[in-house]
Amino acid sequence: MAKEILNIENLFVEYSNIRGKVKAVRGVNLKLYKGENLALIGESGSGKTTLGTAIIRLLPSSGYIKDGRIVYKGNGNEYDISKFNEKDLRQFRWKEIAMVFQSALNSFNPVLKIWDQIYDTAKAHGITNRGFVRDRAISLLRYVQLDPERVITSYPHELSGGMRQRVLIAMSLLLEPKILILDEPTTALDILTQRNIIELLRTIKADMGLSMIFISHDLSLAAELADRVAVMYAGAIVELGSVEDIFYRPRHPYTLGLIKAVPTVTAGFRELYSIPGSPPDLINLSPGCKFAPRCEYKETECEKDEPKLVEVGPEHFVACFRHKEISNGR
Amino acid sequence: MEDRAIIQLDHVSKSFTVRSGIFGGRKSMQVIGNLSLSIQKGEVLCLVGESGCGKTTTGKLIVGLIKPTSGRILFEGQDIWSMNKDEFKNYRKAVQIIHQDPYSSLNPVHRIYNILSAPLFRHGIVKTRDEAEEKVLELLDRVDLTPPRDFIYKYPHQLSGGQRQRVAIARSLTLNPRFIVADEAVSMLDVSIRLSIIELLRRLKEEMNVTFLFITHDLAMAKYFGWEGRIAVMYLGRIVEIGPTPRVIENPLHPYTKALLMAIPEADPQVTRSKKPMQLRSLDIPSLLNLPPGCTFNPRCPFWIEGTCDREVPDMYEPEKDHYVSCFLFRGK
Amino acid sequence: MSAKNILRRIFLEPLIIISRDKAGFVGFIFLLFILLLSFIGPYFIKLDTEVKLDKIYQFPSREHILGTDNQGRDIFSQIVNGGKDVIIVAFLAGLISTLIAVSLGSLSAYAGGLTDTIIMFITEIILTIPQFPLLAVLAAFVRLTNPTMLAFIIGFLGWPALARAIRSQVLSIKERDYIEAARVLDLGRIHIIFSEILPNMLSYIVISLIMAMTGAVYSQVGLIILGLVPFYGHNWGLMIQLAWTRGAIFYKGSIFYILSPIIAIALFQWSAVTFTRSLEGIFNPRLRAGE
Repeated sequence: MAKEILNIENLFVEYSNIRGKVKAVRGVNLKLYKGENLALIGESGSGKTTLGTAIIRLLPSSGYIKDGRIVYKGNGNEYDISKFNEKDLRQFRWKEIAMVFQSALNSFNPVLKIWDQIYDTAKAHGITNRGFVRDRAISLLRYVQLDPERVITSYPHELSGGMRQRVLIAMSLLLEPKILILDEPTTALDILTQRNIIELLRTIKADMGLSMIFISHDLSLAAELADRVAVMYAGAIVELGSVEDIFYRPRHPYTLGLIKAVPTVTAGFRELYSIPGSPPDLINLSPGCKFAPRCEYKETECEKDEPKLVEVGPEHFVACFRHKEISNGR
Repeated sequence: MEDRAIIQLDHVSKSFTVRSGIFGGRKSMQVIGNLSLSIQKGEVLCLVGESGCGKTTTGKLIVGLIKPTSGRILFEGQDIWSMNKDEFKNYRKAVQIIHQDPYSSLNPVHRIYNILSAPLFRHGIVKTRDEAEEKVLELLDRVDLTPPRDFIYKYPHQLSGGQRQRVAIARSLTLNPRFIVADEAVSMLDVSIRLSIIELLRRLKEEMNVTFLFITHDLAMAKYFGWEGRIAVMYLGRIVEIGPTPRVIENPLHPYTKALLMAIPEADPQVTRSKKPMQLRSLDIPSLLNLPPGCTFNPRCPFWIEGTCDREVPDMYEPEKDHYVSCFLFRGK
Repeated sequence: MSAKNILRRIFLEPLIIISRDKAGFVGFIFLLFILLLSFIGPYFIKLDTEVKLDKIYQFPSREHILGTDNQGRDIFSQIVNGGKDVIIVAFLAGLISTLIAVSLGSLSAYAGGLTDTIIMFITEIILTIPQFPLLAVLAAFVRLTNPTMLAFIIGFLGWPALARAIRSQVLSIKERDYIEAARVLDLGRIHIIFSEILPNMLSYIVISLIMAMTGAVYSQVGLIILGLVPFYGHNWGLMIQLAWTRGAIFYKGSIFYILSPIIAIALFQWSAVTFTRSLEGIFNPRLRAGE
């Protein structure tokens, strides 16, 4: 029986905007089990990044948790992260949960060398022993297959995208967190670099037994690394299940649509099908299922009520009134 | 064969001078080295490679945004940089580009109407405001921005990424081009939107018989869009393999192509988790300022032949009909 | 577009946008106040030219809000009447500077190559010549009885700094994808500079204009204080010059005489500069309300 390490209960996150309130996350219920890889898959506007940053309480200033709890179960206790104050968060971040952002240059301070950024981060979380940080940083950089001496004396722009991603991953492991949240870890990286990062994450998982949450729009990342996948659309989870369930037995029209829209390189030529329309406006949401306007299985009830997640298989949940018709998958 | 070529690159090289370090002198960075390519009328050629391989530069050379350091760019047999004013004007109308980033490819202070009518007025395709409006509505309809009246007077920031990209495509169609360079035209779009743009491009190709150069790092999308055409794989400024798409994908010849195909993560758990990536000799990508001698891939190539691969640059060999590869492993086949 | 719509777009919307930035709005209000005072005020408050020897250097009172000067004349009336010339000359000079800077700067950046080198060379030469001494020397040779002439000279010397800044902006915009697309569509150099690039720099240009204007105020006032500009009419700069030469700085009762024009000028400068904070919002379609 897998142990729960994180339990998101009925979470609502909103952003204030000139035009109104953006309902980015709407009533999400999700558990993370110890030692598992969970992928949050969705496109822009799905709420996946908001959910990830809400867990670690790094929402931008216009964002706030409207309702719900984020329960972390560690050190024999239960903590509600959504109620933490700044002081609690400083103890909590990096030590219990760490986040790895995209390797873009704007994840780094361009005028500081890598060493300074590592040390600053450690200091900000209460670790001031230079020697300890240096030793740990060097061994972690070596672990992610970088040349430590060369990297810590470099500036961010002197490193390639792949190297920067590795540095971010190494930094996140500094204080041995139990949960690692990775936001688009392979997006915008070259194919060979992507492969290296994926293998690195596999190694980390095998060596350290962390629980990981991957946020991505890239289905193939989930296919590579995830144990379970949560597909998000318009701020809600529309399908949740094991990676085999999602890819081989999808029951939500959106999941099915995504899979049919992504080309693969192996196995001959396969015709692809696009999903018509575009994601909804999160400020003025229409009633009913948010995917209905784009759905080929749409019925009248779909436009009136929003379907809730129902269990359609062991640990496989779908939020769709018509899921029974979508049972032949690929 | 040559006279059906619409665009040809004849031994093209492109170098940029960069300052190396604060006190360093000027160094020459060769982005493209001795590249020759012939694109046939009506075909789809996909140019794939990773960042720094020179594919975007190749695109810019073809549309005449930059000049080659050596070699010639030929449009319908004529060197574009030796053309007279009228010939160059014709070439400009015929060869267009679609950029990668829909958020920076449209002028934010212009309405869609202005963006699309400017070229129409400039080239005398329309003379009055009414004519322009009619043509713009027609163009918007062509790229599935319907109803067109909803879009014509909006500003770019009021449109989504996919919609903006459609406007960019419409813009490229204003002068009835014969050749379009699509530079990572779908890379910045959401997955579910990408395919609809690809489908639009395919449809336009059929309707207008436009030749496409599809530049991308996404091999899977290149395979899909260019299935009936060819793929050229670039590495550090050189084409290492080129051939009909099904052949290159199913029977990759060059070690680099093989490495790419084996490394691509796929959206299918069983397939992707049973992939065994090729072990390359080095993780480092050589800097363009300091290209390795001989075949540029040799420091990383698991099949390298010492004494050969690090001394000479391989020619293009044709082990299979129309399927070329620049690798000594295929010399004499 | 109906007349009502146009009025709304030109007046109401900009006002709303200006009010979004609190500081910018305050600057706007003060600027408006000073402009009204200097251009409409003179119709209501006539310049006091009557010499009243019994009222020299009087402190502010209900009759004379800012007191009187060394000849008993009302200072407030002098302030009200003293702004118009200064502001007009400054605006004209700023306009000339900006027009030259925009044309040369954008041409230099877009054309590149030899054109760029030549224009920048000229710019740098004029830039390195100390502006004020040059103005002073020129003033000795050119009869500056005509305020327009003064504006022209200040304007012609003020463009280099602006030109460099404009050039940098154009250089960066030039690399953008939509400019590349315009080149591939063969839209032509003139169209690209004036219809594609410059409209993206409108707020920058207007802010440059205002900064050029404030610079011109200082140049102008400086010349006047040094006595290099022959007396004409009445303006704030002249007030400072007269106060200075008439020994106002040595006499404690005359503090209002010398401070009033200084504060008037400083207030004008400050309000103009602060107002620029609101300008970004007006020219950027993304920031405009409700579209």
